[in-house]
Amino acid sequence: MNASSIAQLSVNAGLLLPLCMLLTSTALHAATETPALSAATGTGVSFHPPGEHMIPEGKFGDMIRMGRDIMLDTPKHAAPFVGNTLSCANCHLDAGRMAGSSPLWAAYVSYPAYRAKNDKINTYQQRLQGCFRFSMNGSAPPLGDPVLVALEAYSFWLATGLPVGKEAAGRGYPDIDKPAQSPDFKRGQTVYAARCALCHGADGAGQKAAGRVVFPPLWGENAFNWGAGMASFNNAAAFIYANMPYGMSYSLTPQEAWDVAYFMDAQERPQDPRWLGSVAATRTKFHDTPYSLYGQTIQGRILGNSGAPKRPPNESEAHIAP
Amino acid sequence: MSAHRFTAISTGLSMALLGALTSALAASAPPETSTCLACHGANGEGMAAAGYPRLAGLSSLYLTEQLNAYIDGRRVNAIMSGIANPLSAQQIQSIADYFSALPASSAPSPSALDAAQSSLGRQLAERGDWDNGIPACFNCHASGGIGVQPAFPPIAGQPAAYIEAQIKAWKTGTRQGSPQNLANALMYSVAMRMDETQTKAVAAWLAAQPLPAPDTRPAHTKP
Ligand code: HEC
Ligand code: HEC
Ligand code: HEC
Ligand code: HEC
Repeated sequence: MNASSIAQLSVNAGLLLPLCMLLTSTALHAATETPALSAATGTGVSFHPPGEHMIPEGKFGDMIRMGRDIMLDTPKHAAPFVGNTLSCANCHLDAGRMAGSSPLWAAYVSYPAYRAKNDKINTYQQRLQGCFRFSMNGSAPPLGDPVLVALEAYSFWLATGLPVGKEAAGRGYPDIDKPAQSPDFKRGQTVYAARCALCHGADGAGQKAAGRVVFPPLWGENAFNWGAGMASFNNAAAFIYANMPYGMSYSLTPQEAWDVAYFMDAQERPQDPRWLGSVAATRTKFHDTPYSLYGQTIQGRILGNSGAPKRPPNESEAHIAP
Repeated sequence: MSAHRFTAISTGLSMALLGALTSALAASAPPETSTCLACHGANGEGMAAAGYPRLAGLSSLYLTEQLNAYIDGRRVNAIMSGIANPLSAQQIQSIADYFSALPASSAPSPSALDAAQSSLGRQLAERGDWDNGIPACFNCHASGGIGVQPAFPPIAGQPAAYIEAQIKAWKTGTRQGSPQNLANALMYSVAMRMDETQTKAVAAWLAAQPLPAPDTRPAHTKP
C-alpha cells in the first residue's frame, strides 16, 4: 500500500480505516487505528523528487548535499544565522521532500512571487531569508551567501522535472476543514497533554538526549518567534493535522488540531524581530489577523509582552544550551 | 617479591574486582532479580547470542509497563509471560528500579551484517522511508539510538534477533498497540509499515551499533 493509492481515495478516516484493515493481514488489530501513512496522503501529489543517491558528484553535487545538511541540522550547518534549536526539517519533514509538509520542490517553482508580508516581489533566496529571521529566530544570511546558495541548489535539484510557475499539488500544508467550534485554549491543553507532551514536554520545551535535540521546542526561548508562519494558528493547525503526532498523520480530528494549535500559539515565545516599540503598535502593523494571538490577552496575560527583541545571536551564542 | 610490590598488585586487583562488583552490588540486587540474571546477564546487559534483551538502562516506567503487559496479555512471549506472571506489583517495582539504575553496556552486539543490509539499515535509522510512512528511527529513539527517557527505549546494541522479534510481534499482535497509550500507538504504527527486508536490515544494523553512555547518567566517581 503506498501513499498515492490511498491518496486517490480520500483522507476521510471513515474510508481509510476499513481499507487498512482489508489490506493488512492483521485483523487482530481491528481495535487499533491505523493512521494515514504521511502528510502526503490525500494531497493528490504525483511528483516524486529524485532519490538522494542521484545527487551528482562534483562541486554542484557538494552544494546540493550542503543544502540537504542545512535542512537536517540547521544549528550545525548554518550556525551564524540561527538563534534557536530548531532545524528547517522539523517543519519541512524528510529534509524538505515531504508533500503536505511544505516541500522545497513545490516552493522552488513558485518564486519570484509577491508576498504581503513585506509588500514586495520576493525571490526564492529572499523567501529563505525570512525563514532564518522568523522560524529560526536568527538573522538573514546575505543574498548570495553560501548558506542560501546551498538551499537554493538543493531545492532546484529536488524540483527536477517539475514545471515552473504552476501550483504543484502537495505545496504548503494541506487545507484543513474549519473547526465546528471556535478553537479553545482549555480543549487544546487537553489534546496537548494526551497527544503531544510525551515528546515535546509538558512545558513545550522539547526534549534532548546527550545534549542533542530530539523533539524540538514548540514555545519558550528556543522556539520559533512571534513573526514566524507557525505562530499563526491557522498555519499551525494545518501543519499539525497533517504531520503530528509524529508518524500518525491525520489521526487528530480537525477540531483537535485547531484547538491544540491555538493552545500552542497562545504561549510565550521570542519577540517579533519587527518590534515597533510596543506590543500594541507591533500588533496593529504586523499581526492584524484573527489567527495571530500576539498582543491578545489570553489566560490573563498579554501575549508578546516581553519587551524589545534580544540582539540577534552571533556565531558563538547560537550554540549556547538553555 | 617485595612486600611493597605485593601490596601494589593486590591493591590493583581489589580495585579491579571492586570496579566489576560495584555496578552489580551498589544498588544491592533485590532477591527477585536473581532468576533474571541467568538470561539478562549479571549486569542486565542481555545475552546477544540468545537474543535476550539488555535491561540495564531501560527506564523504570518502561520496565514496569512491559512486565505488566506480559501479565495482562498485551505482550505475549513463551518465556517471559510465565516469568512475569507470578510477580507482585512490589516486586515489579524493585526489579524496575534496580535495572533502570544499572549502566547500559556500550559494547555492540555481534551481528552478521552485509553491505546491502548495512546501508539499508542505516538509511532507515537515520532517515526513514517516508514513501512508506516510516520516520527515521533516530527521530524518536535519538541520534545513535540512545533513547529518550522515559518513554523511548534505547535500541542501539540490542540483539538483532530481539529487535526483529519485536517488530514482528507488533505486526502479529503478540505485542499490542493500544490506541489509548500514545507510546504503544506510535511504535505500532511504525512497525506495521515495515517489510521483512527492512526489518532484518535495520535490526542487524542497530545491533551492531555501540550504545554510548547517555549524559544523564551520573559520572562514575573514582574511588
Ligand atoms: C517552525 C517551523 C518552521 C521552520 C523551523 C522553518 N519553516 Fe519554512 N515554513 C514554515 C511555515 C509555517 C511556512 C508557510 C507559512 C507562510 O506562508 O508564512 C514555511 C514556508 C517556507 C517556504 C516557502 C514555501 C512555499 O511553498 O512558498 C520555504 C522555501 C521555507 N519555509 C524554507 C525553510 C527553510 C530553508 C528553513 C530553515 C532555514 C525553514 N523553512 C524553517 C515553517 C517553518
Ligand atoms: C513521537 C513524538 C511526537 C509527538 C507525539 C508529537 N510530535 Fe511534534 N514533532 C516531533 C518531531 C520528531 C518533530 C520534528 C520532525 C522532524 O524533524 O522530522 C516535531 C515537530 C513539530 C513541530 C514543528 C517544529 C517546532 O518545534 O515548532 C510542531 C509545531 C509540532 N511538532 C507540534 C506537535 C503537536 C501540537 C503535537 C500533538 C498533537 C505533536 N507535535 C506531537 C515529535 C512529536
Ligand atoms: C529464560 C530466559 C529469561 C529469563 C530467566 C528472564 N527473561 Fe526476560 N526476557 C527473555 C526473553 C527471551 C525476552 C524477549 C521476550 C519478547 O520478545 O517479548 C525477555 C524480555 C524481557 C523484558 C522486555 C524488555 C524490553 O526491552 O522490552 C523484560 C522487562 C524482562 N524480560 C524482564 C525479566 C525479568 C524481570 C526477569 C526475572 C524475573 C526475566 N526477564 C527473566 C528471557 C528471559
Ligand atoms: C514515532 C516515534 C518512533 C519512531 C519513528 C520509531 N520508534 Fe521504536 N519505539 C517508539 C516508542 C514510543 C517505543 C516504546 C513502545 C512502548 O512503550 O510500547 C518504541 C519501541 C521500540 C522497540 C522495542 C524496544 C524494547 O526494548 O523492547 C524497538 C525494537 C523499536 N522501537 C525499534 C524501532 C525501529 C527499528 C525504528 C525505525 C524503523 C523505530 N523504532 C522508530 C517510538 C518510535
